[in-house]
Amino acid sequence: SLNCVEWSLLPPATEEMVAQAEQLKGRFQGDPSFEYEYTEINAEDAERLFEDGKEPMIKEESRLVATIEQIDRAVGIIPRGAFLKTPLGSVRENRNFEGLSLTEAKKLSSYFHFTEPVNLKNKTLLEKADLDPSTDFLDSLEHDIPQGSWTVQLEKGGTVVVLRSLLWLGLTFYHVPMTKQYGYVYFGTGEKNLDLPFML
Amino acid sequence: HGPYQPHEPGYGLYQPGYSPYDDQIPDPKSRMLAIQNAKAYLLKSSTTSGLNLYDHLANMLTKILDEQPTNAVDIIENISKDVKWAQLQKKMDTLRDEHEILPTFEAAEKRKALFLKANGEGEEELEEEIGETPLPNVMETAFYFEQAGIGLSKDESYHIFLALKKLISVQPIQTCRFWGKILGLEMNYIIAEVQYHEGEEEEETEEEEVTEEGGKGTGEVEDEDEKKEKEDEPPKSTYKPPPVIPKEENGTGANKYVYFVCNEPGKPWVKLPPVTPAQIVCARKIKKFFTGRLDAPVVSFPPFPGNEANYLRAQIARISAGKEEGDEEEEGGGGRDTYEENPDFQPLSVAEMVDSLATWVHHGQSILKQGRCVWLNPFQKSEEEEEEDEEEEKAEEPDELQQEIGPPLLTPLSEDEGIQNIPAWTAQPSTNLIPQYAVAILQSNRWPGAYAFASGKKFDNIYFGWGHKYSPESHTPALPPPAQAEYPSGPETTETRDPTLEEELAFKAAREEALAAAEDEEDEEDVVEDDEEEEEEEED
Repeated sequence: SLNCVEWSLLPPATEEMVAQAEQLKGRFQGDPSFEYEYTEINAEDAERLFEDGKEPMIKEESRLVATIEQIDRAVGIIPRGAFLKTPLGSVRENRNFEGLSLTEAKKLSSYFHFTEPVNLKNKTLLEKADLDPSTDFLDSLEHDIPQGSWTVQLEKGGTVVVLRSLLWLGLTFYHVPMTKQYGYVYFGTGEKNLDLPFML
Repeated sequence: HGPYQPHEPGYGLYQPGYSPYDDQIPDPKSRMLAIQNAKAYLLKSSTTSGLNLYDHLANMLTKILDEQPTNAVDIIENISKDVKWAQLQKKMDTLRDEHEILPTFEAAEKRKALFLKANGEGEEELEEEIGETPLPNVMETAFYFEQAGIGLSKDESYHIFLALKKLISVQPIQTCRFWGKILGLEMNYIIAEVQYHEGEEEEETEEEEVTEEGGKGTGEVEDEDEKKEKEDEPPKSTYKPPPVIPKEENGTGANKYVYFVCNEPGKPWVKLPPVTPAQIVCARKIKKFFTGRLDAPVVSFPPFPGNEANYLRAQIARISAGKEEGDEEEEGGGGRDTYEENPDFQPLSVAEMVDSLATWVHHGQSILKQGRCVWLNPFQKSEEEEEEDEEEEKAEEPDELQQEIGPPLLTPLSEDEGIQNIPAWTAQPSTNLIPQYAVAILQSNRWPGAYAFASGKKFDNIYFGWGHKYSPESHTPALPPPAQAEYPSGPETTETRDPTLEEELAFKAAREEALAAAEDEEDEEDVVEDDEEEEEEEED
């Protein structure tokens, strides 16, 4: 939506869209039907695309969808215990979640990425024995590369803990400890911060 | 698994055709016995935890009936776990818990100081100064920015307001402004832009003069030592490092304003040191996050001269130079260096402000490539330096720097360079629905996070962000300089072993033979050979 009054449904993201959108740089224009042209593409890609009969243009709408998908996948986070995995394998919201305690909330390891876990299998057997399979079935934030790509701060006199991602500048996650309130929101230009390793 | 007995769990569940109520024992006496058996079983204590099922079930049901959660049957396992957990908690509290000091309480204590009225000020002074207080109306500014969706929460704005008031009561300040907030890794910075009363900055310059005199004194002593040892000294290099460009005086140019920072309202304000051109030039080349601690070192290449406080000050200077704007006519130009408020200002309507960026102008001087606002020729030598140079060999002077000219003071924003095809600023009205009370908002695209608003006669700028410039390409750090070329090694510069005594004697004998043989040759050749032999002897 452009004015919070009229809303249009975005199509779901496909892998192809994501791959194409990763090559685009620069700000969004604000017009969903704006078409980008590829400015720098390899010769091989160009040949491949021309053979398929497609033109190397991509609409801003697809770029928007792909960016949303990337952000969710990369930095969408939830506190530990907010979602449970049933023995049958489906993931449900934990109605009994009372919030993290203050000490737990300051640790990065109490937050998980809300996507398919990538690193779980790489953990040693000892670590796996400590995990509780119903709550610890996702990747924790501790092992994000590069180290330190999240900032944890307490705001409002210590009543709200705020995590900010440095990879996607503008992604903010908040949680009020000992309550059920948490959430994340993105305000920004929609560009990945590729300079992160230089900035830390 | 064989047929279940009445007292075993599972009885009645796995046998098709049997409903749970079919196992009612008709005979009352044996039914009572069965009930007692069942209860006794339930009351059996567990061997591991000391609880029994009967009490546990009773507690669970009590809890459920008290709290009445929705869909209790779905979360019954969790309720059971919670009840057990609660049991354990109580049993372990034999010691009284120390009264836990919540961090919220501590934070509140710190901010309490803000809310107390300063003692000893007296009410008379307040009455006199109410008309011209340097304190900015932070809440009003926050209101206007809130129309655009920018800003901090009301709580925080008010705390900042009180913190600024405290700052003013401590320091002799003429004007003060809430500049903005820069986010950091561990803590954030709240920044106030301040101008001192004239004459209040003499303390700093005195300190600088003292250090300079001290430096000169030690220099003289060193010269005397050098003269004594001049004979033995290795040749001095004639390399002169490029002259250090002096920083601008306090109160002018890039150091026009003094900045105070604090991590949170309630913490003491720290003054940032004035910025030097070298720091600005270096800050343009690096891109680092702020940690939140002012004394943190900035590890980067090219190496940044200073710690985080200097880097912060440099970034603030760059952002301010790039962003401060006001309405065009309000700031009547009074010359290149100063501007004044225009008392006859006619406020432009919001529509006009939004349509053309020419109605907005910069009222801060922009920073030149050199790192200063006013260009300075670093090669103007003072008299002392010229005297020294006469004694030494004059090194080649590097090419004279071209004078750098920046845009004049009140340039309209429409002339700001965009980045690729993105304009430098984006203008929007705060609302399209109520044009009478809309506020014109300006977002910077070069420094994401810098905003300005204008409404009638009021305008202001603010910054909320990470403190970095926007560039569509990735940041490429400067490459280290290539390794310096060495002298090419040839027979002249390579060391050779000195000939041994036998070799020398043999050489002498050979030479005498050659001399004897060369008596018949012409004189010129003899002279040449003699010269060559003399040179060879010297090298030996």
